[in-house]
Amino acid sequence: MTTLQSESHKAGLRQKVATLGKPRKATYVVLAIFVLGSLFPFYWSFLVASRDNGMLTERIPPFVPGGNFFANASRVFDTVPFWKALANSVIVSGTVTLTTVLFSSLAGFAFAKLRFRGRNKLFVFIVVTLAVPTQLGIIPLFIAMSELGWTGTLTAVIVPNLVTAFGVFWMRQYTVDALPYELIEAARVDGCSMIRIFWNVCLPAVRPAAAILAMFTFMMSWNDFLWPLVVLDAGNPTVQVALEKLQSGYYVDYSLVLAGTTLATIPILIVFVLLGRQIVAGIMQGAVKG
Amino acid sequence: MTVLDKVAPEGSKAGERTSPRPTFRHRLSRWDVKVSPYLYIAPFFILFGIVGLFPLLYTAYVSLFKWEAGSDDPDFIGLDNFKELFADAQFWNALTNTISIFLLSSVPQIIIAVLLAALLGARLRGATGWRVGILLPYAASLVAIGIIFANLFGPKYGLINGVLQTIGLDPVDWQANRFGSHVAIAIMVNWRWTGYNALIVLAAMQAIPKELHEAALIDGAGTWRRFWNVTLPLLRPTLIFVTITSTIGGLQIFTEPKLFDAMPGSNNGGSTNQFQTVTLYLYQTAFQNADLGYASAIAWVLFLIIVLIALGNFFLTGRLARPQAVKKK
Repeated sequence: MTTLQSESHKAGLRQKVATLGKPRKATYVVLAIFVLGSLFPFYWSFLVASRDNGMLTERIPPFVPGGNFFANASRVFDTVPFWKALANSVIVSGTVTLTTVLFSSLAGFAFAKLRFRGRNKLFVFIVVTLAVPTQLGIIPLFIAMSELGWTGTLTAVIVPNLVTAFGVFWMRQYTVDALPYELIEAARVDGCSMIRIFWNVCLPAVRPAAAILAMFTFMMSWNDFLWPLVVLDAGNPTVQVALEKLQSGYYVDYSLVLAGTTLATIPILIVFVLLGRQIVAGIMQGAVKG
Repeated sequence: MTVLDKVAPEGSKAGERTSPRPTFRHRLSRWDVKVSPYLYIAPFFILFGIVGLFPLLYTAYVSLFKWEAGSDDPDFIGLDNFKELFADAQFWNALTNTISIFLLSSVPQIIIAVLLAALLGARLRGATGWRVGILLPYAASLVAIGIIFANLFGPKYGLINGVLQTIGLDPVDWQANRFGSHVAIAIMVNWRWTGYNALIVLAAMQAIPKELHEAALIDGAGTWRRFWNVTLPLLRPTLIFVTITSTIGGLQIFTEPKLFDAMPGSNNGGSTNQFQTVTLYLYQTAFQNADLGYASAIAWVLFLIIVLIALGNFFLTGRLARPQAVKKK
């Protein structure tokens, strides 16, 4: 009798362990609420952008899009130099992404695989600079840009962002595991110079991490606001600065402004939908390693 | 160097190895090995020197002057900017607002992120889809989101007040009411960052060995007990990380309060500065009032506050999480 009881007890336990981590219906419901909450502001912005301002005076607004989106969007292009802003943002984010990935991979390769005097101390220094909020230096940086005559130009936005401490840290962490010493050795036996080893051996091995860094850098640069606002003017803005100018004024035309926000969000949403899986993986991977 | 040293001689052609004098190629290759690392890390250090370290130190220098933007010879006034700053009611107001918004955002944000991570950690169908969905706000443009939320929280026609009235509550003037504006801005911040933090916590949760949970389950621990006594203590390093990053970000908050203003383009943070943050005040002082010396003093005080609070956080998070870690044993 006792053995029988303990047998059933054991079976119960086994079943319990097997159901460990199995989601309940409530889990899906709560998650669905969060996802809807994530989506809602985007949808709302599109809703207002596709109607006219009359919608906003209604206590219970209509929840289906109207037909004015393209009319409102074209007014955005009439009000601010939006094409120019888009082009500027692409140039700034593209350049910053390229240089950040290149310089970070180079430095990451050096810190991970090459031995040199002061290596550890210099790397610790980089990690410490991660905590220094660089935007507190905007005043002297602004003075410097005025002295150089760069204010109002894209150079002023690009140059301070050519490489980041985060990028170097990230690439170093990945390169340590991804690139075996044997490969470097073999390449040296074949007479490769260091830069060729970097280009032909290291870069292909660290491509996944470089791709994730590229995505983050692009998104961060595309969304940067404070510094472009300081150094650029309304005639030559990035998308974020143009949006802010769209909203400034005595009377806010919400259909116009939210058409602008929708236009500015579409490119990054497309990127996000296409690469969402990798972005999620990147954040989680960074968290474990960091 | 050991690895590379060993193979470096073989880098030259066979036959040359017997030659006692290093060839030109050999010397070039040695030089390459020695100098390359420094060349590769140079871009970061040069750039950081120019746009990170130098500005920080130069900010300290500028803060000692009465320095109007565009003026040719600024007056040296020593620590007067700092003296003035400590007596400046608007600065203290901005600091209070910043801390209030920071607390209203990061505390609920981290709690919700941990709970959300626990949900996401279940064996969900379409797990990646849920994760991407939760992360969506992270991709949004901060400026766009600022504008959209300012609209949603509009006092007269905002959707939020519409909903409040529909369910029979009084509408809130989210922009004029000090606490209300802080809550609205905090919701904006939380909307953006909760999913991101949830994924970071989730990564740490998945690194916890399954056996620990199974053992606790066999010992009769229910879901909550396992969460409290197994999961939470092991998340401590991650929670410290999340807290510190959200502190550094939260204390510099700028875009959200700037765009929340009922007078768009204003840097006042509301008609009576009710939601002006320190960075917004810094921006206003430097680039609207052109008082670069005073703004630099604000920047340095803010920097020191960030360092202090980050350190405080570090110790606090450590102390809060420790007793449970002991209990687990």
